[in-house]
Amino acid sequence: MEKHGHAATYDDVQKIHPLYFNIVKKRLWWYAISLLIIIPGVISLVMQGLNLGIDFKGGTMLDVNFNKAVTQAAITDTMKSVGLEGPVQLSDGNTTALIRTEALEEDKRAELMTALQTQVGEYDKTALKEDKVGPAIGQELARNAIYALIIAIGMMIIYITIRFEFVFAISGIIALVHDVLVVVGIFSLFQWEIDSAFVAAILTIIGYSINDTVIIFDRIRENQGKMRRADSYGDMVDKSIWQTMRRSINTSITVLIALLSLFILGGESTRMFSLAMLLGVFTGAYSSIFIASQVLLEVKTHMKKTPRKGGKGKAARA
Amino acid sequence: MRRGNIIKLVALVLLVAAAVALSIKPLTDPIKGIPLGLDLRGGVHLVLQAEQDKNGTPITRDDIDKAKAIISNRVNDLGVSEPIVQADYDKKRIIVDLAGVTDPDKAVDILKTTAKLTFRDPEGNIMLQGDDLKDAKGGQAQQAGQYVVNLTFSPDGGKKFAALTTKLVGQRLGVYLDDKLLTNPSVNTPILDGQAEITGYDTLEDAANHAVLMRSGSLPVSMSIAEKRQVGASLGVDSLNRSIQAGLYGLIFIFLFMLVFYRLPGIVADFSLVVYALIVLWIFWMFGVVLTLPGIAGFILSIGMAVDFNIIIYERVKEEIRVGKSLRAGVESGFSRAFVTVIDAHVTTLIAALTLYTFGSGSIKGFALTLGIGILASLFTTITFTRLVLRLTVGIKPKMNTTWFGVRRDV
Repeated sequence: MEKHGHAATYDDVQKIHPLYFNIVKKRLWWYAISLLIIIPGVISLVMQGLNLGIDFKGGTMLDVNFNKAVTQAAITDTMKSVGLEGPVQLSDGNTTALIRTEALEEDKRAELMTALQTQVGEYDKTALKEDKVGPAIGQELARNAIYALIIAIGMMIIYITIRFEFVFAISGIIALVHDVLVVVGIFSLFQWEIDSAFVAAILTIIGYSINDTVIIFDRIRENQGKMRRADSYGDMVDKSIWQTMRRSINTSITVLIALLSLFILGGESTRMFSLAMLLGVFTGAYSSIFIASQVLLEVKTHMKKTPRKGGKGKAARA
Repeated sequence: MRRGNIIKLVALVLLVAAAVALSIKPLTDPIKGIPLGLDLRGGVHLVLQAEQDKNGTPITRDDIDKAKAIISNRVNDLGVSEPIVQADYDKKRIIVDLAGVTDPDKAVDILKTTAKLTFRDPEGNIMLQGDDLKDAKGGQAQQAGQYVVNLTFSPDGGKKFAALTTKLVGQRLGVYLDDKLLTNPSVNTPILDGQAEITGYDTLEDAANHAVLMRSGSLPVSMSIAEKRQVGASLGVDSLNRSIQAGLYGLIFIFLFMLVFYRLPGIVADFSLVVYALIVLWIFWMFGVVLTLPGIAGFILSIGMAVDFNIIIYERVKEEIRVGKSLRAGVESGFSRAFVTVIDAHVTTLIAALTLYTFGSGSIKGFALTLGIGILASLFTTITFTRLVLRLTVGIKPKMNTTWFGVRRDV
């Protein structure tokens, strides 16, 4: 590292930001806020699980655009008449129907489509969307998703351990697990449907959450080197957080802008994906400022008191 | 004032403007431009799973190869511009992608047929089999408005067919796919030269479809549809328009945000963003990356992340200026210090993209690919282009007012 003039002091940093407050000292509040969101999510995950879409369960999903408004009963009855059942959702002034049912063989599908046309109404063939996933493929997609998650997290730990310290890696991963729990928990609470795009969103959130955290950790690493004996680690962390505050907020804002335009304008197919990403990027920005660095501080101070033991006990609180 | 720098900057702006203007046509050309995935122009994605018969005969690599050849053959007859047929030997699957197919229902219908072609006499006895037939083609009949299927038999098949037709004059010949009657023409005269004609089709399309079914032969193993993703053409166009719109608005708001918060460097960032987008699109074009809906989502996301680099660097530059460095020294040291952060921060996202690419299924791979390309391209753009433009800008007037960089000296 090259030398530079006079480094900004803790006081300087406090003066630059009009909204300055001590983030580190209030850390129990941040833990409480996070737990307030995570605990209901985790309870919901245990009690009702996730609403798995056909990508993981297998099944057929048909998105049919009828020329006239239709009723849910008409479609359900028609499905019954060919021996099928499943949930039907209407949208677009009751002209679009989203039909979910078991994985249909082609003959059965043809039977259903003909029945819909004659008993419910004409539909637009060029606007039809159909997804069929056989049960074997569904299991495969679910398995691959879990592998991908484990491998991605493992690689992040390795990378951060190499670039920083193991303590940084663990704190970063705790923040990351925090983000994933928030998003997955919210999806479970509201029973929003999960498909393979959701897995992509979660993995991107993992990458991005760490990205955000690294920006602050990078500064802590730099300031840590310049620390004098009398300095408190907590003050140094607080200073680092505020020094990078603008960066942390602005980088998230540009990504949020991109995601928000995708969420509002991108159409139905990418809506749930961008929703998951929006939640994830927001939580990721929050956790890198309010969780990751605080956990790092907990572990570091704990290690000072009991040098031989690791800092797991306190870190697990987040 | 350095006149040279201003001239260089103006030249650079003009160069980029010209590059944008010249790129629009080749990149968006429907045939030679960036290929669009089936979710953006309609089509079908099929995963066909080979299934063992009741005796449990193992499925060999050869079976999959044969099945692939036959399916490719049928696919080519559908008249789709760039069909993709891939074999997965491990999982014993054949993956078919038909982007831009006009009638997906019919395409699936033709592909999934595992039927065995037989010619039968009125009593239902099998007299000839599919492998006796050399070729079948749809064509026009001598009588206007009538269409026919022309059959050509192998030498051996021709002899059998001659014997069969001699026996069946005045009766009907059954052409079956499995146990399903495809057509049953009546035999008018004995056909001795191995060239037959089935008449009575109302459209050329009907005749051609039957011809495909007859000549493509039977699959060596039975295939079931394990996965199917079908998107209607108008829905695809709709998705494409929506995502282009989303991308444009995202870009505009990011532009404005950078302009308001970072002023002069904000303009540099916006300018770099245009160059970045251009580089990414040309990479897509060069490597024939098929653009899908999740792919566009990945690209839009990467636009948001590309600005990241600029923000990290500018904030660092601001800090350097605040601690008393000159604008130029601030830019230089800000750049080199922020660079470490940028690399560390984005390697993690790259790891996520890489993992997704390895484990993801079809459409998710597209997302991972565009995200990964986006991150690498933005890194490249920042260290080459942004740095150059920023240096030139700062060089115009070394005593430039730092408020242009959003820094107030008095703080």
